[in-house]
Amino acid sequence: MIEARQLSKTFRDRKRGKIVAVDDVSFSVAPGQIYGLLGANGAGKTTTLRLLATLLQPTGGGATVAGFDIVTHAQQVRANVGFLATSTALYGRLTARETLAYFGRLNGIGEPEIAERTARLADQLGMHEFLDRRCDTFSTGMKQKTSIARTLIHDPAVMIFDEPTLGLDIMAARTIVKFVRECRERGKTVIYSTHIMSEVEKLCDVIGIIHGGRLLAEGTLDNLRSRYREQDLEEIFVQAVGGPAAPL
Amino acid sequence: MSRAHVLTIYRKELRDLLRDRRTIISMIVVPTLVIPLITAVVGFISFRVVRQARATVPAVMVVGGVDSPRALAALAAEQRIKTQPATDDWRQRISDKVVRAAVEIPPGFDAALERGEAATIRIFNYEGEMRSGFAVSEVRRFFTEYRDRIITARLQGHGLSATLVKPFDVRTENVAPPEKVGGNVIGGVVPYLVLLLCFTGAMYPAMDLTAGEKERGTMETILCSPVSRLDLVLGKFFMVLTASLGTVVCALISMAVTFTVGGSVLAKMLGGGGASRALAELPSVNPWGVMAVLGMVLPMAVLFSAVLLTISLFAKSFKEAQSYVSPLIVLIILPAVVGILPGVELNAQLALVPILNVSLVSKELVSGVWQWPYLALIFGSSCVYAAAALALAVRMFNREDVIFRT
Repeated sequence: MIEARQLSKTFRDRKRGKIVAVDDVSFSVAPGQIYGLLGANGAGKTTTLRLLATLLQPTGGGATVAGFDIVTHAQQVRANVGFLATSTALYGRLTARETLAYFGRLNGIGEPEIAERTARLADQLGMHEFLDRRCDTFSTGMKQKTSIARTLIHDPAVMIFDEPTLGLDIMAARTIVKFVRECRERGKTVIYSTHIMSEVEKLCDVIGIIHGGRLLAEGTLDNLRSRYREQDLEEIFVQAVGGPAAPL
Repeated sequence: MSRAHVLTIYRKELRDLLRDRRTIISMIVVPTLVIPLITAVVGFISFRVVRQARATVPAVMVVGGVDSPRALAALAAEQRIKTQPATDDWRQRISDKVVRAAVEIPPGFDAALERGEAATIRIFNYEGEMRSGFAVSEVRRFFTEYRDRIITARLQGHGLSATLVKPFDVRTENVAPPEKVGGNVIGGVVPYLVLLLCFTGAMYPAMDLTAGEKERGTMETILCSPVSRLDLVLGKFFMVLTASLGTVVCALISMAVTFTVGGSVLAKMLGGGGASRALAELPSVNPWGVMAVLGMVLPMAVLFSAVLLTISLFAKSFKEAQSYVSPLIVLIILPAVVGILPGVELNAQLALVPILNVSLVSKELVSGVWQWPYLALIFGSSCVYAAAALALAVRMFNREDVIFRT
């Protein structure tokens, strides 16, 4: 479960002054649900997700993730979150197996359990072939699979995806999309940020349109279609960010 | 703080860095092989060049002296100087290193000596050139002995003893044990090298574990794990410290081996009785002193590791980190060099100046001099600086504008 309450984040920049990256954002995501955070570049998606993953501290409002407060119980939040983004890379000089063991240990999992989970994830994701190879020799697809396994090694209740398919080819992107669906099927709480409309249409149960740090519209795809009297999500998005905010 | 987390991060960083060729080169290959190899080769070549120069009889031109056949004959009979008549361009020949020096015998030199009048012999040399220096020494020795012979003859002519003008002799003899001599000779160099290696050993891992991770995108990956920033900093810090101390230990072991082997080679080259004499004359260092130097360097290594981690963390990329960190070497070299300078003595104020204090006290330690109050003051102040630097590193890791500066 994720609950964001009037979440805000302001940065101070010497050249640009005060920058409001996230402004009074509130939403909730239930277990077994995929919440799609849709927005253009610089809309505040990454900052919102970094706040939820406790990588950044909010300057206003707050949130709970898996029942833990993101400010007061940051470590417990991270222990219950799997975070996957294009910016979360792998250690090139470690093998896939060593990577999984490393993150397993950091999550307090015992060695026999790590070995058992590694074998299971390797089965599920088809990683046996390259499990003992160094990550810097991997293809993009292999890297994605290893990153997915890395986020799952501690079996988190909440999954946060920040534009995970950015820059990937079709096959690697499909692996990610399939994996996100499986997370929902396993009852995990999923939040997925992207600017790719088709991914949102295919995956998300609830869509939040974010622009200029503000959540301008939220609802299911059908709900948004009827509210904006428009079938095409791209048109809905343009209306939402260009026109006045639709009632939530 | 979680010890398990710190240990897990440390182990991973160690494995990661040991698989990196650049780390192996900077931490093991350079201090273990390259530095001693360069030292040995340079030492061997210098020894051979100096020995060869000493063995060569220098060519010296004689300017004037046509009316002083006695002086010329004595000079020509000297085995350790090869005299030749001066040419018009004798000054140029010295500059061109064709001859090593020239000696000018003033007109009427023999006659002046006969009359008991003062005369001046002038020696021309190429200042700063080793072989020219050796030639001057030989010419000076010859004329000193020649003068003494004349004085003795004159005194004998008057029925007087030579001791009349030389009532006593002055001799200098070293009573300091070799380790004290070694303290002064090597004492300045050991801490300088140790401090420099301590810093350079920490440089690459510090940059790789901070700016390098940011550049490769693995920093965000580790920040997503349930590890506190303190554990993360400590895990990385201990790795950088290991690299720093590892570099120093590798270098010291390697240099000890080089000097031991080098000493034997030197003894063989000298041969016979010269061997044992040369080995006995070699400056030695107090081994406990060297251990104490390592002890004093420990807080310095902590300070360097923490400072390098902090500074490198600011950088967006490895290259940017290099541009911040490389100039810092001057800050290490400068106080370390000041510590070697003669006349700079340890006092309470200097004992508080980081790097310089360790450099100065190390010189004393390898000589076997233990100044306990200063040792305590230096170790204590170094620990305070190191703790402050580590606290700063932790603070920097908690700053969003630093950690996410991309």
